[in-house]
Amino acid sequence: MELLIASAVGLLTAAGIYLILRLRSFPVILGTSLLSYAVNVFLFATGRVVINAPPILNKTATDVTYTDPLPQALVLTAIVISFGMTAVVVMISLGAYLSAKDDNINMDDTADLQGEDA
Amino acid sequence: MNHLLIAPIVLPALVAPFIIMTLRHHIDLQRIFSIASNVLLVAIALALAAQAYDGTVQVYELGNWQAPFGIVLVLDRLSAMMVLLTTLLALAVNLYAVGSKWDERGQNFHALYQFQLMGILGAFLTGDAFNLFVFFEVLLIASYGLMIHGGGTRRFQAGVQYVVYNLLGSSLFLFALGTIYSVTGTLNMADLAVRVAELPAADSALIRVGAIMLLLVFAIKAALLPLHFWLPASYAHAPAPVAALFAIMTKVGAYSILRMYTLVFGPDVPVVDGLVGDWLLPAALLTVALGAIGILGAKEIGKLMSFAAIPSIGTLPTAVSLFEPAATAAALYYTVHSTLSAAALFLIADMIRERQGGEIEAKPLMPQSGLISVLFFTAAIAAAGMPPLSGFLGKLMILDAARSEQTAIWIWGVILVSSLVTIMGFARAGTALFWKSHGLQSHDTMEEPEIEIESYAEGEAPAAIPRPAALPFVAVFSLLAGLVLLTLFAGPMSRYAAATAQDLFAPRAYIETVLANRDRPVLDAHHGADSHGTDSHAESSHGTDAPEAHDQSEESH
Repeated sequence: MELLIASAVGLLTAAGIYLILRLRSFPVILGTSLLSYAVNVFLFATGRVVINAPPILNKTATDVTYTDPLPQALVLTAIVISFGMTAVVVMISLGAYLSAKDDNINMDDTADLQGEDA
Repeated sequence: MNHLLIAPIVLPALVAPFIIMTLRHHIDLQRIFSIASNVLLVAIALALAAQAYDGTVQVYELGNWQAPFGIVLVLDRLSAMMVLLTTLLALAVNLYAVGSKWDERGQNFHALYQFQLMGILGAFLTGDAFNLFVFFEVLLIASYGLMIHGGGTRRFQAGVQYVVYNLLGSSLFLFALGTIYSVTGTLNMADLAVRVAELPAADSALIRVGAIMLLLVFAIKAALLPLHFWLPASYAHAPAPVAALFAIMTKVGAYSILRMYTLVFGPDVPVVDGLVGDWLLPAALLTVALGAIGILGAKEIGKLMSFAAIPSIGTLPTAVSLFEPAATAAALYYTVHSTLSAAALFLIADMIRERQGGEIEAKPLMPQSGLISVLFFTAAIAAAGMPPLSGFLGKLMILDAARSEQTAIWIWGVILVSSLVTIMGFARAGTALFWKSHGLQSHDTMEEPEIEIESYAEGEAPAAIPRPAALPFVAVFSLLAGLVLLTLFAGPMSRYAAATAQDLFAPRAYIETVLANRDRPVLDAHHGADSHGTDSHAESSHGTDAPEAHDQSEESH
C-alpha cells in the first residue's frame, strides 16, 4: 500500500511538472491539476497509512486503531482551494487565449514597448 | 478573549460580499463603503498596535478551541506592526484607485480589494501554519482578480504567468506542510516550535526537507532569486493601484520567513542548525544585484518600478538571514520604508503613464510635469536609500548590524553598489522623462494636441478642460508623508523594531501565551509519548501515535 501511494504521488508530480513545462495553457492547467492531486494524496499519507479504520477516536475502547483525522480535514480544504484555483486559472487563460489568439504562456517583452496601454 | 483581534479579518470579509451583492451597480456607494471599511481598519489596527505596544502577546482562539487543536490568531508586536502598515498602505492606495478612476475600468474592484486585505491581514495575524496557507490562498485568489482588473491582452498574459507560478507555489506549500506535519503531528506554530525543539537529531532529515521547502514557498512570495521570475512582468502589467498594494504582498513572504524561522526553525534549534541563513543570504544578495541591473535595463516605466522594488525586497532577507536581533530590527524598519516607497513609486509611474505613456524617453512635457517630477525624485531618493529620507537610515542600520559578520564585505559591497546603480537608473529615467522633455517642447508644440492642453493647464485652465483629480496626489503625498514621518520618528520607530526583534528571538512568551490553556507544562522536555494514554491528549500526540497505528496496519496486511 505504501509503495502504491508513494509511486502514485511521484508519478502524478512528475507528470504534472512535465506538463507545466510545456508552456501552453492547456497542458499547464492539466499539469497544475495533476500536481494538486499529487498533493492531496500526499497529504493523506502524512497521517500515516491506516487501512480500514475510522477517523474517530473511541473514548471507551482504548486500543482501537484510528486514522489520523487532521490530514483528512487538510485534504478537504486543499481540494476545495485547488478546485477554485483551477477554475480561476481556466478563466484567465481563456481570456488570455481569446484576446491574444495564442496560448503560449511566455510573453514577448518587445510587445511591452508597443504600448498596449492600461 | 479580545474580539478586536479578529476584526481586521471579519470586517473586510463582511464588506466584500456586501459590495458584491448589494452595491454591484453603484460605484459611488462601493467607493464609500470600501474607503469607510479601510478607515475603520486603520482605526482597528491603531487600537491593536496600542495594545501590542508594550510587548504583550494576545491570543484569539477561534471557536474557543484550545491552542494546539483549534486555530489561533496571535497578536504580538510584529503582527501589530504589519497590520498597521498594511491598513495604512491600503487606505492610501484605495484613495488613489478611486481618484484615478482605476476602479471603474473593470468590475468588482472594491470587493476584490477587500478580500485581498482580508487575506493579507489574516496571514499576518494567524498563529497556525495551515491557516497561513489558507490566508495565502485568499490573498492570492483575490490578487488574481485584481491582477487582470481592467483587462487587456498583455495583462491577461501576465496574469496567466502569475497564477500558474503561484499555483506551483501553493502546491509546494502543501507538500512542505504535509512533510512537517508527518514529523511533528501539529501545525500550530507555537506547538511546532515546542516539538521541533524536542526532535532527536537522528530524526532531522524530513524536518529539514520540510523547512527548506517552506523556505522556497516563502521565497516565491518574497520574490527572491531565483524564484523572482513572476514579479517584474506581474507588477509591470498589473493595474497601478494593485501593483502598489502588491508592495505589501512580497512583505507577507518576508514576514513568514521571519516568523517561521525565528519561532519554529529558530537559529538555536539543533535539527535545522544553520540551514536557512546559509541559503537565504546569497539568494538575497543576488536578488539585490539583479534588481539593480534590471533598473538600468528597463525601457518601460512599469518595468523600472518593478525592478526598483526588487532590491528593496532583497535587502530585507539579507538582514533577516543574519538571524540576530540588531539586523532584524533594521530589517523591520526597512520593511516599513520599502513598502511605502515602492507603493509610491508604482503610483507615480501610473501618473506618468496616464499622461504620456510608459516608455522612458524624452517626450513633450506632460501636464503637472513639475509636481510629478518632485514626487518622482522624492520617491526615487527614498527608494535608492539616499539621505535624508528613511531609506538611507534603514540601509545604514542594516549595514551597521552586518558590520561584525564574516560576510560583511559581501553585504556592504552588494548593498552599496546596488544603491549607486539604483540612483543611476533613476537619474537616467528622471532626466529622460522630466528634463529632456523641456528641450522637446518647442519642436513638437504644433503637432501634438496634448501640448495645447498642457500649456493651458500651466496658466489659467479654461472651463472645458477638467482639472486633474486631486485625490491621486493626496494618496501619493500621504505615502511620501509616511516616509518623512518615518524619518522624523526614526528613534521611536527603531526602538519599537528593536523590541520586536528581541521578542522574535526570545519566543518563549509567544509560545507560552499560545499554549497557556494546555494542561501539560509547555516546555517540559518529554514528548507527547507519555501522555497518549489519557483521552484529553490523544489527539495532541498524533506524531507519536501514528507510527503505532502504522505498524498495526502493516500487521493487518
